Amino acid sequence: MIIPHPLLGPRDAQEFTYLGDASLMARPDPYSESAEAEFCNYVYLRDNPAGIHRELWFHEQGDRSWLIITRDTLTHEILGAELVSADKLKAGL
Amino acid sequence: MSRISGGIINRDAPISFSFNGQNYQAFEGDTLASALLANGVQLVGRSFKYHRPRGILSAGSEEPNALVQLGRGARLEPNARATVTELYEGLTANSQNHIGPLKRDLMAINDLFAPFLSAGFYYKTFMWPRAFWEKLYEPAIRRAAGLGRLSFKPDPDQYDKGFLHCDLLVIGGGAAGLAAALTAGRAGAKVILADEDFHFGGRLLSESYTLGDALALEWVETVLAELNSLPNVRLMPRTTIFGVYDHGIFGAVERVGDHLPTPHKGLRQTLWRITSKQSILAAGAVERHIPFANNDRPGVMLAGAMRAYANRWAVTPVQSARDPIAIFTNGDDGHRTALDLLAKGVELLGVIDTRADAPRFGDYEVFASAKVSDSKGRHGLAAIEITHKGQPKWHKVGALGVSGGWNPNVHLSSHHRGRPIWDDDLLAFVPPKDGPKGLIPAGAAAGRGCTGDALSTGMNAAITALGILGLPAHKISLPETLSEAHKQEAFWHVPATAVDKKRQRKRAWVDFQNDVTVKDIALAHQENMRPVEHLKRWTTLGMATDQGKTANITALAVMAELTGKTIPETGTTIFRPPYTGVSLSVLGGGDIGQNFRPKRLTPTHKWACTRGAVFVEAGQWMRAQYFPKPGETHWRQSVDREALAVRAGVGVCDVTTLGKIDLQGKDATEFLNRIYANMMGTLPLGKVRYGIMLREDGALYDDGTCARLGENHYVVTTTTANAGLVYRKMEFAHQCLWPELDVQIISATDAWAQLAIAGPRSRELLARINDGFDISNEAFPFMSCAELTICQGLSARLFRISFSGELAYEIAVPARYGNALIERLIEIGQDLGATPYGTETLGVLRIEKGHAAGNEITGQTSALMLGLGNMVSKKKDSIGAIMSRRGEMATESKRLVGLRPINPNDPVVAGSHLLKLGSVLSLEHDEGWITSACYSPHVGSAIGLGYLDRGDARIAEHIIAANPLEGQNIRLEVVSPHFIDPEGERLRD
Repeated sequence: MIIPHPLLGPRDAQEFTYLGDASLMARPDPYSESAEAEFCNYVYLRDNPAGIHRELWFHEQGDRSWLIITRDTLTHEILGAELVSADKLKAGL
Repeated sequence: MSRISGGIINRDAPISFSFNGQNYQAFEGDTLASALLANGVQLVGRSFKYHRPRGILSAGSEEPNALVQLGRGARLEPNARATVTELYEGLTANSQNHIGPLKRDLMAINDLFAPFLSAGFYYKTFMWPRAFWEKLYEPAIRRAAGLGRLSFKPDPDQYDKGFLHCDLLVIGGGAAGLAAALTAGRAGAKVILADEDFHFGGRLLSESYTLGDALALEWVETVLAELNSLPNVRLMPRTTIFGVYDHGIFGAVERVGDHLPTPHKGLRQTLWRITSKQSILAAGAVERHIPFANNDRPGVMLAGAMRAYANRWAVTPVQSARDPIAIFTNGDDGHRTALDLLAKGVELLGVIDTRADAPRFGDYEVFASAKVSDSKGRHGLAAIEITHKGQPKWHKVGALGVSGGWNPNVHLSSHHRGRPIWDDDLLAFVPPKDGPKGLIPAGAAAGRGCTGDALSTGMNAAITALGILGLPAHKISLPETLSEAHKQEAFWHVPATAVDKKRQRKRAWVDFQNDVTVKDIALAHQENMRPVEHLKRWTTLGMATDQGKTANITALAVMAELTGKTIPETGTTIFRPPYTGVSLSVLGGGDIGQNFRPKRLTPTHKWACTRGAVFVEAGQWMRAQYFPKPGETHWRQSVDREALAVRAGVGVCDVTTLGKIDLQGKDATEFLNRIYANMMGTLPLGKVRYGIMLREDGALYDDGTCARLGENHYVVTTTTANAGLVYRKMEFAHQCLWPELDVQIISATDAWAQLAIAGPRSRELLARINDGFDISNEAFPFMSCAELTICQGLSARLFRISFSGELAYEIAVPARYGNALIERLIEIGQDLGATPYGTETLGVLRIEKGHAAGNEITGQTSALMLGLGNMVSKKKDSIGAIMSRRGEMATESKRLVGLRPINPNDPVVAGSHLLKLGSVLSLEHDEGWITSACYSPHVGSAIGLGYLDRGDARIAEHIIAANPLEGQNIRLEVVSPHFIDPEGERLRD
């Protein structure tokens, strides 16, 4: 696969390390009453859809940025690629 | 001899080769198949299951029969297709899959048992008695199965990997491919044209007609000359595009040296990864045969292949030039072979055409509405039975060409799960519309095989691709040539006449390689294995080296006939890579032995080599394992000496491989507090603290030290194995979880050479290189760190930390000084007993001290088990803290203990399981396991560390260490994990 890096252009997928569902960015509040249950969901219960999936890729053999890739898991079509930092910025963080 | 006139062979360059020990002559330009045919060799192998005599069926990579054993010695290659094996001087080939001589194969007895070896035979027969499978059936089947043999010697040749990028990849260099490449080449696009053959031209090399005023071959040479002159076009003959991968990536194998007696510079094949923006599938088509009774005899050949042998290689597939040839066809294409053979003066019996309105294109006999219904000949075709006007009659022939229509090579177009589409006019499957993105089929691969169509669809495909690429496209002038598609009728196989029992027993082969007959398909139908996927597995149709290229569609048609459905209703299997077999050697691409993975050398490697160190792989690193001295004959002697030297004096060890991560920023303190499970935020400037890291699921995954070098500057160490992982997780935590924290992280592992200086005299040794920094115990106590200079001005970092349990330091200098530093330390510390030590001693020292390492921190263990449960701070949040407190983890009762054999001569074996004295050796009584073990010269016996149920409360208890693999049951005493200095006085001294 070719990953369209927002800063570096098209890069071979072999340069990246795959993590998984982008929901891993939403770490639960450790001080919440139900923290243990929320962490349990966070750690073990992620979506693995056949279709459009937002996921985290790390450009480990490159600029070491974490990217959010939107990929169709059925066709491997890449529908979007953005820096995690840009996404966080959008979310007002 | 059956050589005729013409052909693209160099008669001035004779080549000698051998087949089954006999020497033959042929010419440059021959394949092994054409060379064998030229020498009148029809019988080249035995079939897989029935060991029937087999000859050459095709002239291309689709060949199911002519598989040979190539080469000798370590270069032995099984299952090479004679039809694509380019001949070279001294080539040695042998037939395979027979016991005894090829003509008298002892395994041919299988053919007599054919009634018992029908479809699903294995599934039905070897089911009972159950125990027989492993001991009797499987070994026997495995011995009988498989075609060729391996040499069982290391491959003597080299393989390589390469990467190519282009605008347009043209797959196949026939009429369509050449027209496409020329169109795109002239437009300035970066083009790669690849073809599996050693000569570009595809079918054009095998046809006799003209393109414009020129012979087909002349047109090919003109186009190739122009393509060769274009710097933007790369021609890759002998290159098979075997798979289409995501986003325009193609896998290709270039056979660089397979056609040479010995590969140039030893390089045999190259694995190419080609990334192309657009691609054109111009892979041509494969001819079908028509099954009839006993259609598998040597001498029965595809009619198109027969034409190719006559026109390109100037041979006919007969044993003697006087033997007549017949053609059996369901369309016009077979007649073309007849015409070309006639033109070459070959004896022709006639054309047997299944059509009632069979045409006649020349001066030869036509049997209209006729079938070939049987054949004779023990090791080669001697006669065929033609059923004409209801009357069977035998005719003597030396060879038979069969033409049942052409299947477009849709293979690559279905690699992304696209299903080929049935075309009723073509009577074939054509590439799907939803094939790989950017892949445009053209020519025969698109069902447009007539030469005029092939040229124009090739050109148009290139124009389409250029349009998408945004490049200016211009039509090229194409030569006038055949432009009328051939007529054919749907005729799939010759059924046995219903009344004749004797005839019904005869078999008509559909898949030659797997010995699947029409009857097998009928049986699969009868047994309800009707979906194509079931049919394939029940009968083994379409499996093995040829993947049914000449069989699949015919089998589908037979099944359709039996079910009364249409062919598209019956379905088709789709294709997966590779298009043709790819050797594991080339997939490895030379990454074997020393080159299996990159090698990282420590800064002191050179020095360690001069000291005669023995090295060990630690991930990618080569680390000194121990430093044998003259007279030491066993590694234990070296390691015992090194370990005792550290405890008595001072030792030096390269610990550069431990991960070093440099963190800076005003929020670095807060960041590390969240990364480490223990409190790190309170670490004072100039101090080091041991830290543990958890995964978010609560399991312990790494440990190391954290040193505060400045207000906002930390250097942390990780284990060697997790250096990359910890860094990745830190970047994740920073970028994905807490981007608001001001911290910058960089891996500094390779930037600094780090040496451990350990032992009671380490301070003395350090003092000798120190430029004046106060390293007294008062000024620089245990767990201090500082930046200083040594050796008169070399900047260094000093950490007072100890893995060995002794008074110890770790000193870091810029990596390039590492080699000089260790050399200096050992030299100036001679009188102190300064001893270099390796990873083996490092391990002994840390086990004696009870320090955890990878054996204890496996990712399935917790801080609690290590006895460090209290380290997981409750005063703050950190990665994994919440989950480490959940029920199952909080109630875990295994604890790290030390273990010592009651009998000091007994071994302690890591991996042994721990049980109560007297308990039965079973899983229910399992109480833990030994994680690490070594011989301790300090203790004077083997010792171990292990996890034991409630271990902290069982000191002095005697237990059993069971190692069922070796039949060992050893009595151990549970002791403290700290075999030396449990109070930790030495390291604070």
